[in-house]
Amino acid sequence: MSAPAARPKLAVFKFASCDGCQLSLLDAEDQLLDVVGLVDIAYFLEATSKIVDGPYDVALVEGSITTPRDEERIQEIRRQSGYLITIGACATAGGIQALRNWANLDDFIRTVYASPQYISSLSTSTAIADHVAVDFELRGCPINQYQLIEVIQALVAGRKPHTRTHSVCMDCKQQGNVCITVATGEPCLGPVTQSGCGAICPTYNRGCYGCYGPAKQIHAQSLTDHLIRQGTAPAEMVPLLRNFNSGAEPFRDESNRIESLT
Amino acid sequence: MSTVTAGTPATDPWLAQTVRIAGITDEIEGVATYHLDFADASAAGSFSFRPGQFNMLYLPGVGEAAISISSDPLLHGTLDHTVRIAGQVTTELARAGVGATFGLRGPFGSSWPIDECLEGDVILVTGGIGLAPLRPAIYELLNRRTEFGNVTLLYGARHPFGLLYSAEYDDWQANGVDVNTTVDRASPAWQGNVGVVTQLLDRMPVADPERTSVLCCGPEVMMWYTARSALGRGIPKERIWISLERNMNCAIGLCGHCQFGPTFVCKDGPVVRYDRVSQYLRVEGF
Amino acid sequence: MSTQLPSECHMFLPKSEFQLLIDLLRGDGFTVVGPMIDQEAIVYDEITSVEELPLGWTDRQEPGHYRLQQRDDDAYFGFVVGPHSWKKYLFPPLTTVASAQKTDSGWQMRTPDPETTKFAFLGVRACELAAIAVQDRVFTGGPYVDPIYSERRQQAFIIAVNCTEAAPTCFCSSMNTGPRCTSGFDLALTELEDGFVVEAGSEAGESLMSRLSTQQVTAAQLASAESCRQQAVDQQSRQLDTEGIRDLLLENLEHSRWEEVGSRCLGCTNCTMVCPTCFCCSVEDVTDLAGENVERNRHWDSCFNLSFSHMSHGTTRNTITQRYRQWLTHKLASWHDQFDTSGCVGCGRCITWCPVGIDLTEEVAAIRNDDCTSETGGTA
Repeated sequence: MSAPAARPKLAVFKFASCDGCQLSLLDAEDQLLDVVGLVDIAYFLEATSKIVDGPYDVALVEGSITTPRDEERIQEIRRQSGYLITIGACATAGGIQALRNWANLDDFIRTVYASPQYISSLSTSTAIADHVAVDFELRGCPINQYQLIEVIQALVAGRKPHTRTHSVCMDCKQQGNVCITVATGEPCLGPVTQSGCGAICPTYNRGCYGCYGPAKQIHAQSLTDHLIRQGTAPAEMVPLLRNFNSGAEPFRDESNRIESLT
Repeated sequence: MSTVTAGTPATDPWLAQTVRIAGITDEIEGVATYHLDFADASAAGSFSFRPGQFNMLYLPGVGEAAISISSDPLLHGTLDHTVRIAGQVTTELARAGVGATFGLRGPFGSSWPIDECLEGDVILVTGGIGLAPLRPAIYELLNRRTEFGNVTLLYGARHPFGLLYSAEYDDWQANGVDVNTTVDRASPAWQGNVGVVTQLLDRMPVADPERTSVLCCGPEVMMWYTARSALGRGIPKERIWISLERNMNCAIGLCGHCQFGPTFVCKDGPVVRYDRVSQYLRVEGF
Repeated sequence: MSTQLPSECHMFLPKSEFQLLIDLLRGDGFTVVGPMIDQEAIVYDEITSVEELPLGWTDRQEPGHYRLQQRDDDAYFGFVVGPHSWKKYLFPPLTTVASAQKTDSGWQMRTPDPETTKFAFLGVRACELAAIAVQDRVFTGGPYVDPIYSERRQQAFIIAVNCTEAAPTCFCSSMNTGPRCTSGFDLALTELEDGFVVEAGSEAGESLMSRLSTQQVTAAQLASAESCRQQAVDQQSRQLDTEGIRDLLLENLEHSRWEEVGSRCLGCTNCTMVCPTCFCCSVEDVTDLAGENVERNRHWDSCFNLSFSHMSHGTTRNTITQRYRQWLTHKLASWHDQFDTSGCVGCGRCITWCPVGIDLTEEVAAIRNDDCTSETGGTA
């Protein structure tokens, strides 16, 4: 009931990402000023050039680890941060760039860059939790601004953030959406994907592609087996699972399993 | 229109009463008793409960938690809840000071079958924080002491500092409740029993098992062993009562969370006759 | 609102006069809800005209599969049940049950004003009447009455429609809930080619019927209605053997079939969302940033969610297998203890709308065929 007196010192750090999750905070127009008032923003380059040195009470980390420099920097951020929260699919599962984990990075570098010798990059894109201990993960591509506000409110109040972990289907049904897979045969990852987006894609008549990553305790194979039996080509299932959360273990393993069958 | 018969209830079961913290007693580590007053005097006048019942304590913005009432049902001036810091609501409650207000809905649920224990012996078996929901039963047994045979409390804690309400034991003992404690791990100064509480039951004399009642509150596995021990001593299964715990959300049997097989723990329980749930007690994840 | 009548009084309502039914109800202040096509399915939504009904369409249903299909006639109600049920109006997916405001003198608690929307449901099938009766017991039949359900329910006007065909997922005959509408309605219709045989089931229904442009029903029309209804009986292929089902399930809690179905189940909650009797819900606080204005919002929840049985010291049902077992044993077994009825009305929605086509009738049959009562978990 009585919140801790001091405003938590907050830092926002970015790794390999599109900045969209940081923008979610800035996009919270109606509540932005109030949210900012709850915390002491010490490091947030997307919003302000003012920089306050660590340590920080709370670090929000966006993006995945893709370079040797990233590997070092995340260790330093962990040392400087009391409570470390990863925000978004890049930070929690490696992001869309984790597709490189199935490819040859050198081929990409030679194709894209005129002087590849200046590029220093890891062959993988991995989640923050693969490198340091993470206190809380906020899913999504991008994250849901209301969930982010809840996280900040919870931190200020000194409690654990409350984000729901059920499947996208529950949100879909509660909005009155008709199940797109059952009614049209279009594949949808909603049954195995965690809620958070408000079931945006099915609401606009397309299947879920798993932005919020796997829900808890999923049986991905049961869904993919059924979709394939109902006519979805295995070659279509693999890219569906390898999307923004391709690095999340259940999606990664199931996509590998299907690929090994084809 | 067609065939619904029930009318609108006189009071909305979702409406919480505002209560104020009148006092806080620190009990054992991580456990405190909150003495509550109703903000609305008329609510205080109409509130009565039976031993074993619980209230939903509501901290706006955080949520509700089901907490047993631990005061004397005859004392209308005070309403006590002994709370262990465990989840979000209790963590937040622990930060509240005297004078803070929050919400309360209740009382809910079934109660200890005191009237079914008349003239026989009564054994209360419990551990740790499980004494809190039994304390009103102890008070009622004391208030009506001549109506019962021997009354025995068997109470276990992890260590001597985990024994709740220890300042009251002498008073209970002096007024006719045989208080027996045991701890899992003794401290150097501990002179009493060491071991699980069901061992106390195994060892105590049961003179007239057919007319002995067991009231038990603790983890499910402890209650199962207590019942097994009691049955082994010849106490009928119809005289063994346990208090169940499940996730509770509405407390009025409308949300489904607290189901334990056919039992809604919130309205059919928390106090249930052992034989009515025994077949489910050892089914994992049911 | 009114007492049940013996269903003797039949009239004939020509389709040319059908619109008047909606107009009269709207004139009486009802929001009329009926079936319509949306998102490639037949759903329930507000209607103002008979032209919004799915005239000439039907549904093809199998486990995990639903498709709309054009009929070769102009039936208004030539389909069975879709993904929606009337529960979304009586027990809304999201509603506010209470609120709290912080004031100088502490927290002030409130509950919302009574609901004022009066719904008229057009096209309620027999299994759905049964489902409403089940939820009546849940929300209004116990020591605590839910004020939100109760208000909406008491004001609702119900126009039932007798099924004239059955989907392969239907099994209301097994559950003794249909296909014939026998009680729980204000009016019941049986659709013929050029009109409806109408019967009143309440005084309110009789009163409305007297204001419709009905005609005396002929013996041929009655016979035709009967044969249409019989078709729905004859087409039913799916069965659930309910003999001793409570004990069968509760005495087989350790059956190996639970693990087998648990490995297929996605834990996605679809079956519980589409089920017209499932009532699990959660109340959660939503607050402004200052934390001084709080709403207690109730939303549909599901026993398939991991968080549903969470306690501070652990989760009771920690696997999908345990949660499927909870759902099925509640629905078909412990519901009898709690509400003196089955929780299943045989509508088949959970079969059709399961994304992987899990069929509860098949699961029960598997347990029945290999009833291993001797393996039941430890009892004292």
